[in-house]
Amino acid sequence: MKLPKPRLSLALLSALLAGTVGAQWLPLGKDQVHDPQSPVIDILQAPGEALSQLPPDDAGNHVRWVDALRGGYIQPRSTIFDNTQVRLLDQDIVMRNTGSAAYVRFPHRVHTEWLDCSNCHDYLFQRKAGATRMNMLGILSGEACGRCHGAVAFPLTDCKRCHSVPADGQVGQ
Amino acid sequence: MKRVWGVAFALLLPAGAAAEYGDVVLNRYSDDAGMRPVVFPHWFHRMRFRCKVCHHELGFEMRVGANDVTMEGIIQGRYCGMCHNGDVAWSAENCDLCHSGLPGLKTHIVGGHRTGGPGRW
Ligand code: HEC
Ligand code: HEC
Ligand code: HEC
Ligand code: HEC
Ligand code: HEC
Ligand code: HEC
Repeated sequence: MKLPKPRLSLALLSALLAGTVGAQWLPLGKDQVHDPQSPVIDILQAPGEALSQLPPDDAGNHVRWVDALRGGYIQPRSTIFDNTQVRLLDQDIVMRNTGSAAYVRFPHRVHTEWLDCSNCHDYLFQRKAGATRMNMLGILSGEACGRCHGAVAFPLTDCKRCHSVPADGQVGQ
Repeated sequence: MKRVWGVAFALLLPAGAAAEYGDVVLNRYSDDAGMRPVVFPHWFHRMRFRCKVCHHELGFEMRVGANDVTMEGIIQGRYCGMCHNGDVAWSAENCDLCHSGLPGLKTHIVGGHRTGGPGRW
Protein backbone atom coordinates (compact mmCIF):
# COMPACT_ATOMS: atom_id res chain seq x y z
CA MET A 1 0.00 0.00 0.00
CA LYS A 2 1.28 3.42 -0.87
CA LEU A 3 0.80 6.24 1.56
CA PRO A 4 0.09 9.64 0.05
CA LYS A 5 3.15 11.86 0.13
CA PRO A 6 2.48 14.75 2.48
CA ARG A 7 2.58 18.10 0.69
CA LEU A 8 3.65 21.20 2.50
CA SER A 9 0.77 23.61 2.53
CA LEU A 10 -0.68 26.24 4.79
CA ALA A 11 -3.41 23.78 5.72
CA LEU A 12 -0.96 21.06 6.73
CA LEU A 13 1.24 23.46 8.64
CA SER A 14 -1.71 24.85 10.53
CA ALA A 15 -2.90 21.35 11.38
CA LEU A 16 0.53 20.45 12.74
CA LEU A 17 0.78 23.63 14.73
CA ALA A 18 -2.67 23.19 16.19
CA GLY A 19 -1.41 20.03 17.88
CA THR A 20 1.65 21.64 19.37
CA VAL A 21 0.36 24.79 20.96
CA GLY A 22 -1.93 23.16 23.48
CA ALA A 23 0.01 23.63 26.74
CA GLN A 24 -1.88 26.15 28.76
CA TRP A 25 -1.53 28.27 31.91
CA LEU A 26 0.89 26.51 34.21
CA PRO A 27 0.83 27.38 37.92
CA LEU A 28 3.48 30.07 38.59
CA GLY A 29 5.60 27.76 40.74
CA LYS A 30 6.01 25.37 37.80
CA ASP A 31 6.56 27.80 34.95
CA GLN A 32 10.38 27.77 35.15
CA VAL A 33 10.46 31.56 35.37
CA HIS A 34 9.04 32.23 38.85
CA ASP A 35 11.00 30.96 41.84
CA PRO A 36 8.87 28.33 43.63
CA GLN A 37 10.63 29.41 46.85
CA SER A 38 9.48 33.02 46.49
CA PRO A 39 7.37 34.15 49.43
CA VAL A 40 4.77 35.64 47.06
CA ILE A 41 4.28 32.60 44.82
CA ASP A 42 0.74 32.17 46.17
CA ILE A 43 0.00 35.90 46.29
CA LEU A 44 0.66 36.65 42.63
CA GLN A 45 -2.33 35.89 40.43
CA ALA A 46 -2.14 32.60 38.49
CA PRO A 47 -2.66 33.29 34.75
CA GLY A 48 -5.31 30.58 34.42
CA GLU A 49 -7.48 32.13 37.09
CA ALA A 50 -7.89 35.38 35.13
CA LEU A 51 -7.40 34.28 31.53
CA SER A 52 -9.88 31.40 31.64
CA GLN A 53 -12.64 34.03 32.05
CA LEU A 54 -11.85 35.62 28.65
CA PRO A 55 -12.76 34.54 25.09
CA PRO A 56 -10.53 31.54 24.27
CA ASP A 57 -7.86 31.15 21.61
CA ASP A 58 -5.54 28.24 20.86
CA ALA A 59 -2.09 29.81 21.17
CA GLY A 60 -0.20 32.59 22.92
CA ASN A 61 -2.07 33.62 26.07
CA HIS A 62 -4.96 31.40 24.90
CA VAL A 63 -7.08 34.54 24.87
CA ARG A 64 -8.68 36.18 21.84
CA TRP A 65 -7.66 39.69 22.99
CA VAL A 66 -9.52 41.49 20.21
CA ASP A 67 -12.80 39.92 21.35
CA ALA A 68 -12.00 40.43 25.04
CA LEU A 69 -11.75 44.16 24.39
CA ARG A 70 -14.68 44.46 21.95
CA GLY A 71 -16.94 42.35 24.14
CA GLY A 72 -16.21 44.47 27.19
CA TYR A 73 -14.69 41.57 29.15
CA ILE A 74 -11.81 43.91 29.97
CA GLN A 75 -11.72 47.73 30.10
CA PRO A 76 -8.02 48.60 29.92
CA ARG A 77 -7.20 52.28 30.36
CA SER A 78 -6.14 54.26 27.29
CA THR A 79 -4.32 57.00 29.19
CA ILE A 80 -2.85 57.79 32.60
CA PHE A 81 -2.51 61.55 32.15
CA ASP A 82 -5.45 63.85 31.42
CA ASN A 83 -4.00 65.63 28.42
CA THR A 84 -2.84 62.66 26.29
CA GLN A 85 -4.56 62.52 22.92
CA VAL A 86 -6.07 59.13 21.97
CA ARG A 87 -5.52 58.53 18.26
CA LEU A 88 -7.57 56.00 16.27
CA LEU A 89 -7.65 55.08 12.59
CA ASP A 90 -10.08 52.80 10.74
CA GLN A 91 -8.31 51.75 7.57
CA ASP A 92 -7.36 48.31 6.25
CA ILE A 93 -4.27 47.74 4.14
CA VAL A 94 -3.97 44.67 1.94
CA MET A 95 -0.43 43.43 1.31
CA ARG A 96 0.03 41.42 -1.84
CA ASN A 97 3.71 40.46 -1.86
CA THR A 98 2.93 37.03 -0.41
CA GLY A 99 4.10 34.50 -2.98
CA SER A 100 2.04 31.32 -2.71
CA ALA A 101 0.30 32.40 0.52
CA ALA A 102 -2.94 34.35 0.76
CA TYR A 103 -2.71 38.16 0.87
CA VAL A 104 -2.30 39.84 4.24
CA ARG A 105 -4.92 42.23 5.60
CA PHE A 106 -3.55 44.71 8.14
CA PRO A 107 -6.40 46.35 10.10
CA HIS A 108 -5.50 49.79 11.56
CA ARG A 109 -8.67 49.82 13.66
CA VAL A 110 -7.79 46.78 15.79
CA HIS A 111 -4.23 48.00 16.22
CA THR A 112 -5.01 51.59 17.17
CA GLU A 113 -7.47 50.42 19.81
CA TRP A 114 -4.40 49.05 21.64
CA LEU A 115 -1.51 51.06 20.23
CA ASP A 116 -0.56 54.60 19.33
CA CYS A 117 0.61 55.57 15.83
CA SER A 118 4.11 56.18 17.25
CA ASN A 119 4.41 52.52 18.21
CA CYS A 120 4.69 51.68 14.50
CA HIS A 121 5.26 54.92 12.52
CA ASP A 122 7.62 55.55 11.08
CA TYR A 123 10.37 53.40 12.58
CA LEU A 124 8.68 50.08 11.77
CA PHE A 125 6.40 51.01 8.85
CA GLN A 126 6.18 53.93 6.41
CA ARG A 127 2.98 55.92 6.14
CA LYS A 128 2.46 54.81 2.57
CA ALA A 129 0.84 51.53 1.57
CA GLY A 130 3.34 49.26 -0.17
CA ALA A 131 6.38 51.35 0.77
CA THR A 132 7.74 49.10 3.56
CA ARG A 133 9.83 46.12 2.55
CA MET A 134 8.84 43.03 4.53
CA ASN A 135 9.19 39.29 4.19
CA MET A 136 8.17 36.31 6.26
CA LEU A 137 11.69 35.33 7.30
CA GLY A 138 12.29 38.80 8.73
CA ILE A 139 8.93 38.72 10.49
CA LEU A 140 9.71 35.32 12.00
CA SER A 141 12.97 36.81 13.28
CA GLY A 142 11.19 39.63 15.07
CA GLU A 143 11.11 42.41 12.47
CA ALA A 144 8.06 44.39 11.27
CA CYS A 145 4.86 42.60 12.40
CA GLY A 146 7.11 40.16 14.28
CA ARG A 147 8.08 42.83 16.77
CA CYS A 148 4.77 42.20 18.54
CA HIS A 149 3.40 39.02 16.96
CA GLY A 150 5.48 36.28 18.53
CA ALA A 151 6.21 38.31 21.68
CA VAL A 152 2.99 39.80 23.09
CA ALA A 153 0.26 39.82 20.40
CA PHE A 154 -1.05 36.51 18.95
CA PRO A 155 1.89 34.40 17.73
CA LEU A 156 3.03 33.83 14.16
CA THR A 157 1.87 30.23 14.13
CA ASP A 158 -1.61 31.52 13.28
CA CYS A 159 -0.82 32.13 9.60
CA LYS A 160 -4.39 32.62 8.47
CA ARG A 161 -5.24 35.41 10.85
CA CYS A 162 -2.87 37.61 8.84
CA HIS A 163 -3.00 35.79 5.50
CA SER A 164 -6.75 36.19 5.38
CA VAL A 165 -7.48 37.48 1.87
CA PRO A 166 -7.45 34.83 -0.90
CA ALA A 167 -4.99 35.98 -3.59
CA ASP A 168 -6.31 36.63 -7.09
CA GLY A 169 -6.91 33.27 -8.74
CA GLN A 170 -6.77 31.34 -5.44
CA VAL A 171 -9.95 29.63 -4.33
CA GLY A 172 -9.80 30.31 -0.61
CA GLN A 173 -7.13 28.59 1.45
CA MET B 1 10.57 30.67 0.28
CA LYS B 2 12.11 27.33 1.38
CA ARG B 3 13.79 29.07 4.29
CA VAL B 4 10.46 30.41 5.44
CA TRP B 5 9.15 26.89 5.88
CA GLY B 6 12.36 25.91 7.63
CA VAL B 7 11.96 28.64 10.19
CA ALA B 8 8.24 27.96 10.48
CA PHE B 9 9.07 24.38 11.39
CA ALA B 10 11.71 25.47 13.87
CA LEU B 11 8.80 27.10 15.67
CA LEU B 12 7.33 23.66 16.23
CA LEU B 13 10.17 22.57 18.45
CA PRO B 14 9.26 22.79 22.12
CA ALA B 15 10.66 25.94 23.71
CA GLY B 16 12.57 25.62 26.98
CA ALA B 17 10.55 27.80 29.29
CA ALA B 18 6.85 27.24 29.82
CA ALA B 19 5.92 30.52 31.49
CA GLU B 20 3.04 32.65 30.30
CA TYR B 21 3.34 34.13 26.82
CA GLY B 22 4.75 37.67 26.98
CA ASP B 23 6.27 37.42 30.47
CA VAL B 24 9.43 39.56 30.63
CA VAL B 25 12.37 38.68 32.87
CA LEU B 26 14.53 41.68 33.84
CA ASN B 27 17.90 40.71 35.23
CA ARG B 28 20.55 43.23 34.32
CA TYR B 29 21.34 44.07 37.91
CA SER B 30 19.16 42.02 40.23
CA ASP B 31 21.20 38.82 40.52
CA ASP B 32 24.40 40.76 41.03
CA ALA B 33 22.75 42.77 43.78
CA GLY B 34 21.51 39.63 45.54
CA MET B 35 17.84 40.07 44.58
CA ARG B 36 15.70 37.62 42.58
CA PRO B 37 15.25 38.71 38.93
CA VAL B 38 12.12 40.73 38.13
CA VAL B 39 9.18 39.14 36.29
CA PHE B 40 6.91 41.55 34.41
CA PRO B 41 3.67 39.88 33.24
CA HIS B 42 2.26 41.44 30.03
CA TRP B 43 -1.00 39.48 30.30
CA PHE B 44 -1.78 40.94 33.73
CA HIS B 45 -1.01 44.54 32.75
CA ARG B 46 -2.76 44.48 29.35
CA MET B 47 -6.01 43.52 31.06
CA ARG B 48 -5.77 46.91 32.83
CA PHE B 49 -3.83 49.14 30.42
CA ARG B 50 -3.59 49.34 26.66
CA CYS B 51 -0.13 48.98 25.17
CA LYS B 52 -0.11 52.69 24.34
CA VAL B 53 -0.12 53.66 28.01
CA CYS B 54 3.29 52.11 28.65
CA HIS B 55 4.79 52.18 25.19
CA HIS B 56 3.64 55.68 24.20
CA GLU B 57 2.61 57.80 27.21
CA LEU B 58 5.14 56.41 29.67
CA GLY B 59 7.81 55.91 27.00
CA PHE B 60 8.87 52.26 27.49
CA GLU B 61 10.70 51.28 24.34
CA MET B 62 9.33 48.04 22.79
CA ARG B 63 12.52 46.07 23.03
CA VAL B 64 13.39 43.87 25.95
CA GLY B 65 16.51 45.15 27.67
CA ALA B 66 16.35 48.52 25.88
CA ASN B 67 15.09 50.48 28.91
CA ASP B 68 17.67 50.97 31.61
CA VAL B 69 15.30 50.25 34.48
CA THR B 70 16.95 50.72 37.89
CA MET B 71 15.64 50.61 41.42
CA GLU B 72 16.69 54.18 42.05
CA GLY B 73 14.68 55.31 39.01
CA ILE B 74 11.63 53.36 40.18
CA ILE B 75 11.71 54.91 43.65
CA GLN B 76 12.02 58.35 42.02
CA GLY B 77 8.85 57.61 40.05
CA ARG B 78 10.21 56.52 36.70
CA TYR B 79 9.71 53.23 34.79
CA CYS B 80 7.58 50.83 36.85
CA GLY B 81 7.53 53.62 39.46
CA MET B 82 5.25 55.74 37.25
CA CYS B 83 2.45 53.43 38.45
CA HIS B 84 3.92 51.48 41.36
CA ASN B 85 3.89 54.58 43.54
CA GLY B 86 1.05 53.79 45.93
CA ASP B 87 -1.32 55.74 43.68
CA VAL B 88 -2.02 53.92 40.39
CA ALA B 89 -0.74 50.62 41.88
CA TRP B 90 0.93 49.40 45.09
CA SER B 91 4.27 51.00 45.86
CA ALA B 92 7.90 49.96 45.48
CA GLU B 93 8.09 48.71 49.06
CA ASN B 94 6.62 45.36 47.99
CA CYS B 95 9.97 44.04 46.85
CA ASP B 96 9.04 40.38 46.43
CA LEU B 97 6.02 41.02 44.22
CA CYS B 98 8.34 42.20 41.45
CA HIS B 99 11.51 40.31 42.39
CA SER B 100 9.96 36.84 42.03
CA GLY B 101 12.07 35.17 39.32
CA LEU B 102 14.37 32.17 39.44
CA PRO B 103 17.93 33.31 40.15
CA GLY B 104 20.23 33.02 37.16
CA LEU B 105 17.66 33.69 34.41
CA LYS B 106 18.75 35.96 31.59
CA THR B 107 16.84 39.10 30.57
CA HIS B 108 14.34 37.90 27.94
CA ILE B 109 10.69 37.69 26.89
CA VAL B 110 8.81 34.41 26.93
CA GLY B 111 7.77 33.87 23.31
CA GLY B 112 4.79 31.58 23.18
CA HIS B 113 4.14 28.30 24.87
CA ARG B 114 5.73 26.39 22.07
CA THR B 115 6.05 29.03 19.46
CA GLY B 116 9.43 30.70 19.68
CA GLY B 117 9.23 34.29 18.54
CA PRO B 118 11.79 37.05 18.96
CA GLY B 119 12.55 35.93 22.50
CA ARG B 120 14.33 32.92 21.06
CA TRP B 121 16.44 34.67 18.47
C1 HEC C 1 0.61 48.18 14.56
C2 HEC C 1 1.30 49.10 13.71
C3 HEC C 1 0.60 50.35 13.23
C4 HEC C 1 -0.03 51.32 13.98
C5 HEC C 1 -0.25 51.35 15.49
C6 HEC C 1 -0.45 52.35 13.06
N1 HEC C 1 -0.08 52.01 11.78
FE1 HEC C 1 -0.35 53.12 10.09
N2 HEC C 1 0.44 51.63 8.95
C7 HEC C 1 0.93 50.44 9.45
C8 HEC C 1 1.33 49.59 8.34
C9 HEC C 1 1.88 48.17 8.45
C10 HEC C 1 1.08 50.33 7.16
C11 HEC C 1 1.37 49.88 5.73
C12 HEC C 1 2.80 50.21 5.39
C13 HEC C 1 3.21 49.69 4.06
O1 HEC C 1 2.42 49.04 3.35
O2 HEC C 1 4.37 49.94 3.69
C14 HEC C 1 0.53 51.62 7.59
C15 HEC C 1 0.15 52.65 6.72
C16 HEC C 1 -0.34 53.87 7.12
C17 HEC C 1 -0.68 54.95 6.23
C18 HEC C 1 -0.60 54.93 4.69
C19 HEC C 1 -1.92 54.48 4.14
C20 HEC C 1 -1.98 54.53 2.63
O3 HEC C 1 -3.07 54.31 2.11
O4 HEC C 1 -0.95 54.75 1.98
C21 HEC C 1 -1.11 56.00 7.01
C22 HEC C 1 -1.59 57.37 6.54
C23 HEC C 1 -1.06 55.55 8.39
N3 HEC C 1 -0.59 54.25 8.42
C24 HEC C 1 -1.44 56.31 9.47
C25 HEC C 1 -1.51 55.86 10.78
C26 HEC C 1 -2.04 56.63 11.90
C27 HEC C 1 -2.56 58.07 11.79
C28 HEC C 1 -1.96 55.85 13.00
C29 HEC C 1 -2.43 56.15 14.42
C30 HEC C 1 -3.82 56.54 14.55
C31 HEC C 1 -1.38 54.57 12.57
N4 HEC C 1 -1.13 54.61 11.22
C32 HEC C 1 -1.12 53.51 13.43
C33 HEC C 1 1.04 50.07 10.77
C34 HEC C 1 0.56 50.79 11.85
C1 HEC D 1 1.40 38.89 11.92
C2 HEC D 1 0.97 38.62 10.58
C3 HEC D 1 1.51 37.39 9.84
C4 HEC D 1 1.46 36.08 10.26
C5 HEC D 1 0.87 35.52 11.54
C6 HEC D 1 2.06 35.31 9.20
N1 HEC D 1 2.46 36.12 8.17
FE1 HEC D 1 3.35 35.54 6.41
N2 HEC D 1 3.53 37.50 5.85
C7 HEC D 1 3.08 38.58 6.58
C8 HEC D 1 3.45 39.81 5.88
C9 HEC D 1 3.14 41.23 6.33
C10 HEC D 1 4.14 39.41 4.71
C11 HEC D 1 4.74 40.34 3.64
C12 HEC D 1 3.63 40.81 2.75
C13 HEC D 1 4.05 41.90 1.79
O1 HEC D 1 5.15 42.45 1.93
O2 HEC D 1 3.23 42.23 0.91
C14 HEC D 1 4.17 37.94 4.71
C15 HEC D 1 4.73 37.15 3.70
C16 HEC D 1 4.66 35.78 3.65
C17 HEC D 1 5.10 34.95 2.53
C18 HEC D 1 5.67 35.47 1.23
C19 HEC D 1 7.11 35.08 1.04
C20 HEC D 1 8.06 35.76 1.97
O3 HEC D 1 9.11 35.18 2.29
O4 HEC D 1 7.78 36.86 2.45
C21 HEC D 1 4.86 33.64 2.88
C22 HEC D 1 5.13 32.38 2.05
C23 HEC D 1 4.29 33.64 4.21
N3 HEC D 1 4.17 34.95 4.64
C24 HEC D 1 3.93 32.51 4.91
C25 HEC D 1 3.46 32.49 6.21
C26 HEC D 1 3.24 31.29 7.00
C27 HEC D 1 3.51 29.87 6.52
C28 HEC D 1 2.77 31.70 8.22
C29 HEC D 1 2.42 30.85 9.44
C30 HEC D 1 3.53 30.06 9.97
C31 HEC D 1 2.68 33.16 8.19
N4 HEC D 1 3.10 33.60 6.96
C32 HEC D 1 2.20 33.92 9.24
C33 HEC D 1 2.38 38.54 7.77
C34 HEC D 1 2.14 37.42 8.54
C1 HEC E 1 3.32 47.28 17.83
C2 HEC E 1 2.77 45.94 17.95
C3 HEC E 1 2.16 45.31 16.71
C4 HEC E 1 2.68 45.27 15.43
C5 HEC E 1 4.00 45.85 14.94
C6 HEC E 1 1.73 44.54 14.62
N1 HEC E 1 0.66 44.12 15.40
FE1 HEC E 1 -0.96 43.09 14.75
N2 HEC E 1 -1.77 43.17 16.62
C7 HEC E 1 -1.16 43.73 17.72
C8 HEC E 1 -2.04 43.61 18.87
C9 HEC E 1 -1.74 44.08 20.28
C10 HEC E 1 -3.21 42.96 18.41
C11 HEC E 1 -4.45 42.59 19.25
C12 HEC E 1 -4.64 41.11 19.35
C13 HEC E 1 -3.60 40.38 20.19
O1 HEC E 1 -2.93 40.98 21.04
O2 HEC E 1 -3.44 39.16 19.99
C14 HEC E 1 -3.00 42.69 16.99
C15 HEC E 1 -3.93 42.04 16.18
C16 HEC E 1 -3.73 41.77 14.84
C17 HEC E 1 -4.68 41.08 13.99
C18 HEC E 1 -5.99 40.47 14.45
C19 HEC E 1 -7.19 41.23 14.01
C20 HEC E 1 -8.47 40.54 14.43
O3 HEC E 1 -9.51 41.08 14.07
O4 HEC E 1 -8.42 39.51 15.10
C21 HEC E 1 -4.11 40.98 12.74
C22 HEC E 1 -4.71 40.35 11.49
C23 HEC E 1 -2.81 41.62 12.81
N3 HEC E 1 -2.62 42.07 14.09
C24 HEC E 1 -1.93 41.71 11.75
C25 HEC E 1 -0.73 42.40 11.78
C26 HEC E 1 0.15 42.55 10.64
C27 HEC E 1 -0.11 41.99 9.25
C28 HEC E 1 1.20 43.29 11.05
C29 HEC E 1 2.40 43.77 10.24
C30 HEC E 1 2.10 44.47 9.01
C31 HEC E 1 0.99 43.59 12.48
N4 HEC E 1 -0.18 43.03 12.88
C32 HEC E 1 1.88 44.30 13.27
C33 HEC E 1 0.07 44.33 17.76
C34 HEC E 1 0.90 44.57 16.67
C1 HEC F 1 2.33 48.16 32.14
C2 HEC F 1 3.21 48.48 31.09
C3 HEC F 1 3.13 47.73 29.76
C4 HEC F 1 2.01 47.47 29.01
C5 HEC F 1 0.56 47.84 29.30
C6 HEC F 1 2.48 46.80 27.83
N1 HEC F 1 3.84 46.65 27.88
FE1 HEC F 1 5.04 45.84 26.45
N2 HEC F 1 6.66 46.03 27.65
C7 HEC F 1 6.64 46.58 28.91
C8 HEC F 1 7.96 46.43 29.51
C9 HEC F 1 8.36 46.90 30.89
C10 HEC F 1 8.76 45.76 28.57
C11 HEC F 1 10.24 45.37 28.72
C12 HEC F 1 11.12 46.54 28.39
C13 HEC F 1 12.56 46.32 28.67
O1 HEC F 1 12.98 45.20 28.95
O2 HEC F 1 13.33 47.30 28.58
C14 HEC F 1 7.92 45.55 27.39
C15 HEC F 1 8.36 44.94 26.21
C16 HEC F 1 7.57 44.80 25.09
C17 HEC F 1 8.05 44.31 23.80
C18 HEC F 1 9.47 43.89 23.45
C19 HEC F 1 9.55 42.42 23.19
C20 HEC F 1 10.85 41.99 22.62
O3 HEC F 1 10.85 40.97 21.92
O4 HEC F 1 11.90 42.63 22.82
C21 HEC F 1 6.95 44.30 22.97
C22 HEC F 1 6.91 43.88 21.50
C23 HEC F 1 5.82 44.77 23.72
N3 HEC F 1 6.23 45.06 25.00
C24 HEC F 1 4.54 44.87 23.21
C25 HEC F 1 3.42 45.22 23.95
C26 HEC F 1 2.07 45.16 23.43
C27 HEC F 1 1.69 44.74 22.03
C28 HEC F 1 1.27 45.57 24.44
C29 HEC F 1 -0.25 45.66 24.46
C30 HEC F 1 -0.96 44.47 24.09
C31 HEC F 1 2.11 45.89 25.58
N4 HEC F 1 3.42 45.64 25.25
C32 HEC F 1 1.66 46.36 26.80
C33 HEC F 1 5.58 47.21 29.51
C34 HEC F 1 4.27 47.20 29.06
C1 HEC G 1 0.67 51.69 33.70
C2 HEC G 1 0.90 51.42 35.09
C3 HEC G 1 1.87 50.31 35.48
C4 HEC G 1 3.19 50.19 35.12
C5 HEC G 1 4.02 51.13 34.26
C6 HEC G 1 3.67 48.99 35.76
N1 HEC G 1 2.65 48.41 36.48
FE1 HEC G 1 2.78 46.65 37.49
N2 HEC G 1 0.82 46.82 38.04
C7 HEC G 1 0.00 47.90 37.75
C8 HEC G 1 -1.30 47.69 38.38
C9 HEC G 1 -2.49 48.65 38.33
C10 HEC G 1 -1.21 46.47 39.07
C11 HEC G 1 -2.32 45.82 39.92
C12 HEC G 1 -2.30 46.46 41.27
C13 HEC G 1 -3.33 45.88 42.21
O1 HEC G 1 -3.75 44.74 42.01
O2 HEC G 1 -3.67 46.59 43.16
C14 HEC G 1 0.13 45.95 38.83
C15 HEC G 1 0.59 44.73 39.33
C16 HEC G 1 1.86 44.24 39.12
C17 HEC G 1 2.33 42.95 39.57
C18 HEC G 1 1.54 41.92 40.36
C19 HEC G 1 0.76 40.99 39.48
C20 HEC G 1 -0.08 40.04 40.29
O3 HEC G 1 -0.03 38.84 39.98
O4 HEC G 1 -0.76 40.48 41.21
C21 HEC G 1 3.65 42.85 39.22
C22 HEC G 1 4.58 41.68 39.48
C23 HEC G 1 4.01 44.07 38.53
N3 HEC G 1 2.90 44.89 38.48
C24 HEC G 1 5.26 44.34 38.05
C25 HEC G 1 5.58 45.48 37.34
C26 HEC G 1 6.93 45.78 36.86
C27 HEC G 1 8.16 44.93 37.09
C28 HEC G 1 6.84 46.96 36.19
C29 HEC G 1 7.95 47.70 35.44
C30 HEC G 1 8.74 46.94 34.50
C31 HEC G 1 5.45 47.39 36.25
N4 HEC G 1 4.72 46.48 36.96
C32 HEC G 1 4.97 48.54 35.64
C33 HEC G 1 0.32 48.98 36.96
C34 HEC G 1 1.55 49.20 36.35
C1 HEC H 1 7.46 47.54 40.74
C2 HEC H 1 8.44 46.50 40.70
C3 HEC H 1 9.59 46.53 41.71
C4 HEC H 1 9.51 46.58 43.06
C5 HEC H 1 8.25 46.66 43.91
C6 HEC H 1 10.86 46.53 43.56
N1 HEC H 1 11.74 46.43 42.51
FE1 HEC H 1 13.78 46.35 42.66
N2 HEC H 1 13.89 46.37 40.61
C7 HEC H 1 12.83 46.37 39.76
C8 HEC H 1 13.34 46.34 38.40
C9 HEC H 1 12.49 46.30 37.14
C10 HEC H 1 14.74 46.36 38.49
C11 HEC H 1 15.77 46.25 37.35
C12 HEC H 1 15.90 44.75 37.11
C13 HEC H 1 17.18 44.30 36.47
O1 HEC H 1 17.40 44.58 35.30
O2 HEC H 1 17.94 43.55 37.15
C14 HEC H 1 15.06 46.36 39.91
C15 HEC H 1 16.37 46.34 40.41
C16 HEC H 1 16.67 46.22 41.76
C17 HEC H 1 18.03 46.08 42.27
C18 HEC H 1 19.29 46.04 41.43
C19 HEC H 1 20.15 47.26 41.55
C20 HEC H 1 19.49 48.54 41.13
O3 HEC H 1 19.62 49.53 41.85
O4 HEC H 1 18.80 48.59 40.13
C21 HEC H 1 17.92 45.98 43.64
C22 HEC H 1 19.06 45.83 44.64
C23 HEC H 1 16.51 46.07 43.96
N3 HEC H 1 15.79 46.21 42.80
C24 HEC H 1 16.01 45.99 45.22
C25 HEC H 1 14.67 46.16 45.56
C26 HEC H 1 14.17 46.23 46.92
C27 HEC H 1 15.03 46.10 48.17
C28 HEC H 1 12.83 46.43 46.83
C29 HEC H 1 11.82 46.64 47.97
C30 HEC H 1 12.12 47.77 48.83
C31 HEC H 1 12.48 46.45 45.42
N4 HEC H 1 13.63 46.28 44.67
C32 HEC H 1 11.21 46.57 44.91
C33 HEC H 1 11.50 46.35 40.08
C34 HEC H 1 11.00 46.43 41.35
